[in-house]
Amino acid sequence: MKRLSRMALSSVGSKYIMALTGLGLMMFVLAHMSGNLLIYGGRDALNAYAHGLTEHPFLLWTARGGLLAVFLTHLFFALRTWQENQSARPIPYAHEATIQANWASRHMLLTGVVILLFVIYHLLHFTFGVVDADHFKRPLPDDPKQLDVAGMVIAGFGNPIVAVSYIVAQIFLGLHLWHGGSSFLQHLGLNGRGYDAAVNRVGAAVALVVVVGNCSIPLAITMGWVY
Amino acid sequence: MNFTLHIWRQKSPTDEGRTTTYDARDISPDMSFLEMLDVVNDELIEKGQEPIAFDSDCREGICGSCCLMINGIPHGPERGVATCQTYMRVFRDGQEIYIEPWRARAFPLLKDLIVDRGAFDRIVQAGGYVSVNTGGAQDGNCLPVAKTDAERAMDAAACIGCGACVAACKNASAMLFTAAKVSHLALLPQGQPERHARVRNMVEQMDREGFGNCTNYFECEAACPKEISVQFIAQLNREYLAACLEGEGEK
Repeated sequence: MKRLSRMALSSVGSKYIMALTGLGLMMFVLAHMSGNLLIYGGRDALNAYAHGLTEHPFLLWTARGGLLAVFLTHLFFALRTWQENQSARPIPYAHEATIQANWASRHMLLTGVVILLFVIYHLLHFTFGVVDADHFKRPLPDDPKQLDVAGMVIAGFGNPIVAVSYIVAQIFLGLHLWHGGSSFLQHLGLNGRGYDAAVNRVGAAVALVVVVGNCSIPLAITMGWVY
Repeated sequence: MNFTLHIWRQKSPTDEGRTTTYDARDISPDMSFLEMLDVVNDELIEKGQEPIAFDSDCREGICGSCCLMINGIPHGPERGVATCQTYMRVFRDGQEIYIEPWRARAFPLLKDLIVDRGAFDRIVQAGGYVSVNTGGAQDGNCLPVAKTDAERAMDAAACIGCGACVAACKNASAMLFTAAKVSHLALLPQGQPERHARVRNMVEQMDREGFGNCTNYFECEAACPKEISVQFIAQLNREYLAACLEGEGEK
């Protein structure tokens, strides 16, 4: 146990933690997006999916607890390594230059903080109903036991400012995944053994899928394609 | 060719230090960067001023002594060369050139452009060796090594320990250096007995020296005068995990 904790706190061990928690969060983002895309199957499809999730409260809250733990671990190790990196170079260069590191890789903390703020807002909006309480999960007129999640989403994105803020947040998420989606393979040691192409492309591919998939929903609602 | 040089001057480790501007006049485009600095120093000595202190030894790209940050890029704009192999023809006539020392907490500055890279020596001392009980020299080729392994080991062993990877990394991480040293021995049969203890001890020493963490900017690979690939960092990650899970040879 002592050995494992010392390993986790080392510079190389932290990579494993960041990679595994990042991978978990990336899988969640993809699963979450897949569920949301059901809105294109009509209001009933999304409502049935949302209802299905709440049918097993024990499983739901276990999953939520696990997700929160993974999220906080990712956050803690990100801040810890960032703080160490800051102190590793106390005097900066007078003339800074970058040879090949892209914008996404250099701004993981910024994109990460934007995602954190967005997640808080998103939870207040669609999970706790603090923002826009009027449209929050009202019972369906023909079946009072089911809640109108699709109606809540469509009403929420009916406000263009909300729709635009979600789209901007997804672009930040995409930038974070662009680097993280490739980085985790390198961190787990899966580079240089025929995985080179994957390391270069997985991040960009995941980022593209998530940005296009998630942005399409507020966009489609704003344009009136989904109603 | 003429250049305007902005050079970091610092009398001692405790001195505050400042950037000072010098003119380099009538420089041949075929001079190396260090020869250009020699010309500037000759003028300074003639004027009775303190010459600029910088490290250099072999001046043919194999010793790893010459470590200059040139316009924000270790060893200057050309890929795959050390400062001593950077020629003035790669710069524009009249260009302003910023010359700074490597900046890292683990590399304390001694004077002007010279830093103490003893941290690298201590990382190697922590495990970057093989222990051989003395006896008769082994016959050549009695330890079979696959050609692909030999070549990969050589790619890693090309590291000259100049510290450009640390200087280039936005986190001042020494991951590429340590990865190269760990990998080249892990790929060869002589490195097997101490394989797990080596990677654990070298990573521990690297962390103790105060280097930053690796976040995959891959600036190190681009700055490395020997063009060592970040794939060796992936190998280091694999080696470290295997060593920690196995746990044998724990101090």
